Amino acid sequence: MIELSEAEIEAIHHEMSLYEDPGAATIEALKVVQEHRGWVSDEAMAAAAKVVGVTPTQMEAVATFYNLIFRQPVGRHVIMLCDSISCYLTGYEEVRDHLKSSLGIDFGQTTEDGRFTLLPICCLGDCDKGPSMRVGETYHSHLTPERVDEILAEYE
Amino acid sequence: MEETKVLTQRIRPDRSPVWIDDYMDLGGYEALKTALADYGPTEVGPLIKEAGLRGRGGAGFPTGVKWSFMPRFEDRPDERPAHVYLVVNADEMEPGTFKDRLIMEGDPHQLIEGMIIASYAIGADTAYVFLRGEYTECRRRLQQAIDEAHEKGFLGENILDSGFSLNLHLHMSAGRYICGEESALLSALEGRRAVPRHKPPFPAASGLFGQPTTVNNVETICNVPHIVKNGAEWYKSLGLNKDGGTKLFGASGHVAKPGLAEFPLGVKLGDVLEHFGGIRNGRKLKGLLPGGGSTPFLTPDHLDTPMDYDGVGAVGSRLGTATMIVFDDQTPIVGVLKNLEHFYAQESCGWCTPCRDGLPWVEKMLVNLEAGKGQPGDIELLDLHVKLLGPGKTFCAHAPGAMGPLEAGLKYYRDELSALIPDDASNLSRTQAANANPL
Repeated sequence: MIELSEAEIEAIHHEMSLYEDPGAATIEALKVVQEHRGWVSDEAMAAAAKVVGVTPTQMEAVATFYNLIFRQPVGRHVIMLCDSISCYLTGYEEVRDHLKSSLGIDFGQTTEDGRFTLLPICCLGDCDKGPSMRVGETYHSHLTPERVDEILAEYE
Repeated sequence: MEETKVLTQRIRPDRSPVWIDDYMDLGGYEALKTALADYGPTEVGPLIKEAGLRGRGGAGFPTGVKWSFMPRFEDRPDERPAHVYLVVNADEMEPGTFKDRLIMEGDPHQLIEGMIIASYAIGADTAYVFLRGEYTECRRRLQQAIDEAHEKGFLGENILDSGFSLNLHLHMSAGRYICGEESALLSALEGRRAVPRHKPPFPAASGLFGQPTTVNNVETICNVPHIVKNGAEWYKSLGLNKDGGTKLFGASGHVAKPGLAEFPLGVKLGDVLEHFGGIRNGRKLKGLLPGGGSTPFLTPDHLDTPMDYDGVGAVGSRLGTATMIVFDDQTPIVGVLKNLEHFYAQESCGWCTPCRDGLPWVEKMLVNLEAGKGQPGDIELLDLHVKLLGPGKTFCAHAPGAMGPLEAGLKYYRDELSALIPDDASNLSRTQAANANPL
C-alpha cells in the first residue's frame, strides 16, 4: 500500500469540494494521480480511492472506461494520432503507417527507450488542419511523413 | 458570400483570447447587466423561446422550451432543492466537429456570460462546463476567464447586487464520445462510467445528483447574450427561413479552404461549399456529411438545400453540428463508411447489446468489403443492421446515429458497394441470415 503525496491529496480534495457528492471527483482523482505519476498503477489507484471515499473496485470500473486514463506505464511523450473521418480523408493512413514503422511500434505500445507511446484518438477537433496528432498537450497539424520526422526529432 | 458575424464578431484571426477588458470594451457583459436589471428570473426563458433559438449541439431542440421544463421555486422557496444545475456540454467529439473549440479558445468570456444569464434564467445556483479531456488549451483559457469574471463580480455571491449568486466550475473529462449524450454526461460528471440513463425522468426533473438540471451546448449558450442584448425580433430576422439566428459552419476533408465561418441559418449548401473554396485539386463533389459523423450523406443533388434544421431534415439528413465533412469523386465510399463505423463501434459504451455487438459486426463487414472479401448477402445484412440498430431499438441515440450515414450510404452508393463483392465469392449462409427477418 502506498500513500499519495501531499500535493496529490490536496488537488483531489480541491476537486471533491466542487461537487455535492465528493465521490464525483473519482475521475479527477485518477487524472491527478496520472499527472503526478504518468500513469495509474493498482497501488496508486487504491490510494486515490481511499482519499475520495470510494472502493478500489468503483475506481477501477471508472478507470477502465475512460481512454485518457492510463492503467499501464506510458512513454515520456504520448502521441495521440487522430483516426477520425476528416483526418482519414486527408492522409491519416499514410501518416499512421509512417509513425508505426519509424517508431517500430504498433498502437498501444511504447518504444523500447521509453520515449514515445503511440495511441489512436477520436477526432481532436482540428479537422480543418488534418491529419492531426497531439504529442503531450501540443497539437501538430497538416501532417505528412516528412513533417512527422521533424516533429519526433523535437522530443527527447 | 459575406459572413454574418455574431458569435464570432470578437474572435481574432490568430484566435488569441479576448480577455475581460477587451471583452467589455467590445460590449461584453452588457447583456448580463440587462438581464439582471430588466428581466425577472422567469422572463429570460420566454425571450429565448420567442427568438427561436434551437440547440446547436446537433439535436436542434428549442432551447427556450427546454428551459421551460425546469421546475420553478420562486413561489415555494421552502421546496427549493439543495442545488439546481446548468451543465454546458463542451465535450466536442463528433467526428469532423471543431466549432466549440474556436469559441472557447478565442472568446471564452462569451461562454461564461451566456452561462451566467442561462443559470439566472433557469434558477441554477451552480454551473459546470463539461470539457473534453484533450481540450487543454480551452481549459487554461476558460479557467482564466472564470477567474477574471469572479474578480469583476460577475460570478460568486450576489452578482452585481442582484441577489443572484452562481458558482461556475470546469470539469475536464477523461475521454469517450458517449459523454456527449446528455444523460451519459451527467453520469460522467457524477464520477461514474458514462452510461446513458433512461428517460424519463428527463434531466429537468432529475439530472445531476438527482437535482433539476439543464444541459446545453457551448454554441447554444453563446447565442444567449446576443438575444438578450438585441431582442428576439432581431435574432429571428438573422435567419433566412423559420429558424432564427446564425450558425457556425465548418468544412473539412476535400475542400480547397477548410475552416469555420458564420452564416445565417437557411443559407444554401452550395454557397457554403463555395465559401470554403469548393472541392480541391479540381475534382468533383461525391458527397458530404452535413454536420458531423452521424448525419446522413448529402450528394451533389442537394446543393440547393437550405442549411437549417427543417431544410436539411427535409432531404433525409440532419443539420447536426453544421461542420461538414466533404469528400471528392475519387473517394471509395466503403473507406468512408468503414472509418465512421469503426469510430461508433469503438465508442459504444457497451450497455445495450444491439449497439455493443451490432456496430463491430457492421465494421467487420465493411472491412471485409474493402479488402475484397465480401460475401453475397452482405449488403442485405447491412440493410438489416440499419433496422436493428435504428431508433427505438437501442438504449440511447448512439447506434441510430451510427446508422444514419450507413443507411444513406446504402441508398446513394449501393451499386458501388455491391460491386465490391467478388463474383467468385462463395455463398455462405449469410443470405439466409439476412432473409430471415427477425423484426
